[in-house]
Amino acid sequence: MSGTTTSSGGEYQLPREHYLNASYGIRSWLLTTDHKRIALLYLAAVTFFFFVGGIFATLIRIHLLTPNGLLVTPETYNKLFTMHGVAMVFFFLIPSIPAILGNFLIPIMIGAKDLAFPKINLLSWYVYIIGGCFVLYSFGTGGLDTGWTFYTPLSSVYSNSAVTPAVIGIFINGFSSILTGLNFVVTVHTMRAPGMTWFRLPLFVWSHYATSLIMILGTPVIAITVLLAGLERIFHFGFFNPAYGGDPILFQHLFWFYSHPAVYIMILPAMGVVSEIIPTFVRKPIFGYSFVAASSIGIAVIGFLVWAHHMFVTGEATYAAIAFSFLSYLVAIPSAVKVFNWTATLYKGSISYDTPMLYALGFIGLFTIGGLTGLFLACLGLDIHLHDTYFVIAHFHYIMVGGAVMGYVGGLHFWWPKITGRLYPEFLARAAAIILFIGFNLTFFPQFILGGLGMPRRYHNYPPEFQVLNVMSTAGASILALGYLLPMLYLTWSMRYGKIAGPNPWPATGLEWKTDSPPLTENFRETPEVDWEPYDFVHRPDLGLTGSKPKLPGKLSPAHGDD
Amino acid sequence: MHRTGELYGQYKTLEQQKETATLGMWVFLVTEILFFGGMFLTYAINRHEYPTAFGVGGNMLDLNLGFANTVVLIASSFTMAMSVWSAQTSNKKLVPIFLIFTLILGIVFLGVKVVEYKQKFDHHLIPGHGFDITYCSKQPAAVCGISEEDHAKEITEIKEGIEADGGLVALNAHAQLYFSLYFGMTGLHALHMIVGAGLLVWLILESRKGRFDANYNTPVENIGLYWHFVDIVWIFLFPLLYLINRHLA
Repeated sequence: MSGTTTSSGGEYQLPREHYLNASYGIRSWLLTTDHKRIALLYLAAVTFFFFVGGIFATLIRIHLLTPNGLLVTPETYNKLFTMHGVAMVFFFLIPSIPAILGNFLIPIMIGAKDLAFPKINLLSWYVYIIGGCFVLYSFGTGGLDTGWTFYTPLSSVYSNSAVTPAVIGIFINGFSSILTGLNFVVTVHTMRAPGMTWFRLPLFVWSHYATSLIMILGTPVIAITVLLAGLERIFHFGFFNPAYGGDPILFQHLFWFYSHPAVYIMILPAMGVVSEIIPTFVRKPIFGYSFVAASSIGIAVIGFLVWAHHMFVTGEATYAAIAFSFLSYLVAIPSAVKVFNWTATLYKGSISYDTPMLYALGFIGLFTIGGLTGLFLACLGLDIHLHDTYFVIAHFHYIMVGGAVMGYVGGLHFWWPKITGRLYPEFLARAAAIILFIGFNLTFFPQFILGGLGMPRRYHNYPPEFQVLNVMSTAGASILALGYLLPMLYLTWSMRYGKIAGPNPWPATGLEWKTDSPPLTENFRETPEVDWEPYDFVHRPDLGLTGSKPKLPGKLSPAHGDD
Repeated sequence: MHRTGELYGQYKTLEQQKETATLGMWVFLVTEILFFGGMFLTYAINRHEYPTAFGVGGNMLDLNLGFANTVVLIASSFTMAMSVWSAQTSNKKLVPIFLIFTLILGIVFLGVKVVEYKQKFDHHLIPGHGFDITYCSKQPAAVCGISEEDHAKEITEIKEGIEADGGLVALNAHAQLYFSLYFGMTGLHALHMIVGAGLLVWLILESRKGRFDANYNTPVENIGLYWHFVDIVWIFLFPLLYLINRHLA
């Protein structure tokens, strides 16, 4: 083991004091204002909702094994896919990377002691939990059958399921997102360490800044929208009810004004994770730093102007549809800038295939497929054929699962040594990454074909000729489940038995790697001063890379500490 | 909460702390604009769609009470601004006095709103099965507490409205949409006033301890910003709901 300074005997020791042992007891967690502990509170809660959503997904896939449905009644099937979507979108994907990794890392990455508003940070967790309780109450008392999109007047007038508590829960949960976004924006503006200029910010921070802008500008709109739908249901108000002359299409506009940018809330942080992982395991500065940074903002801005591409078949005006189609194509440009720059970073780099890198490479491939199939759906003519088919399902799962979740799990591995101070078992982790990749593709690639053949989404049954592809998809889902369970197990195991990681096991260039693993409650012993450019391996003798010339892979240290 | 202008752990300087809090408040107000924005959009589209019914609905509101409330709120913004000024100029004794005035004016506003809501309830203007836009026009003028002249105008207006909107059922439905928006928008605004009143109570208690002066007045300034924001929302709501197409006193 070479690399950064070690204690006697070449083995690392855990630091004597760190945020995990600073205080003990349930109160020290539930009343903490330490951004790192709040991140772990989120980790526990978000993992719980991932399981809830995962169970529904499992039941859906089992049900679809046979053409007439294996498991549940059609009504229950409606509830299963609705609750899967609600749990996964609002309570897993949106908070996952920002509220866990972002919360943990942003203050450390910019050299601050905490976020700008630590109490508001804790408040946002409680708001999330309260919103989550309402939604779980809805799941437990009759379930929810409107689709995660809550289209009116089904949700506001006709549905016989527990829509009201779900809508209240999603309304409340929105404020958790708003408060997190607000905290991040203000933190990045006012809490940076000396020398941490805007263009020295890690790309992870840039992508979270862009994400936070969407959270701030989009989430209030979904909050008011579901509130209006809720008022309509509870008090028989008539905002979207055609019986009163209200316009259900207006609900769709308002809903997608948030819910399309919400996709970027999920994917942008994952892109930030990938932008951190790639330079680290290629030993090269990222190609075109400022373009990658600016493309995050570009995605956030253009992302707000594409929402009506979800509504091409609602009879919207042709010229509006053309404009939204064009703008949807436009958003592909900043996304492609990122993909090309990551790929260019790989060129002539000293690549090592550590677990986080496997996830990052998987992300690039799957995100590219997900992004390109998005262009199919932005195409006015083609969308008529593909609308509401499994093609759409496959497309957004490639973005949300292949993209966002791969980024999340990869990021979790990459910063796990920082969070816990210990390394995970590398072999198992690589195996899990590969299992996950195979399982994912086997689950969702057949759905592209099913969609192209015309299998509609949200149906509890299908013609017998679609069975082979559906069985493939279900088989893939079981492999995928294994790919998720494995990291759950070995990451938990490694919290106690993993090898001590040391401050910078990869080594990577960010400020977060210059402090202890796990860090102190105050993050740094003294406020760091930044006098290096981001992702610069050459002028960083403190990283302990021998030779310090990135073109000589043979002389470089292994990318992680234990092989 | 910090007892004085002391420095919180995560900041390096008091200036940074103040700058952070102020930026945070402005960002929060941006989210509030978008929050109300969804409702204003719903209003604008439906007003455009059903001008007749919205005109009839707007005329059912009590202009005098609405106008009085507008004056009350503008006055409360003035007293709020004065309390911020008092803090900035270290007039520690004046701060709570102006805050108390602000709170009283806020409560007066909410009280008037309760009276108005009660009136709408009596006039069968709450959306739902009992809604009847023609209720007052079918009763003697005294029942709804309006002048004979206005009552006659209202009867004509409803008659014309029924014609323009394609029947009583349509007019009644669209007017219900108007009142859904009226209650939604003013209700959300009132909810913000209640939150603001709660913040004022806390601020009054703190300011009586003499905590706010030229060196440290961030809470007064920020709650002041919030209060002004809620006022401005009303400045938009009043003309949109009460004044467009108005021809009854």
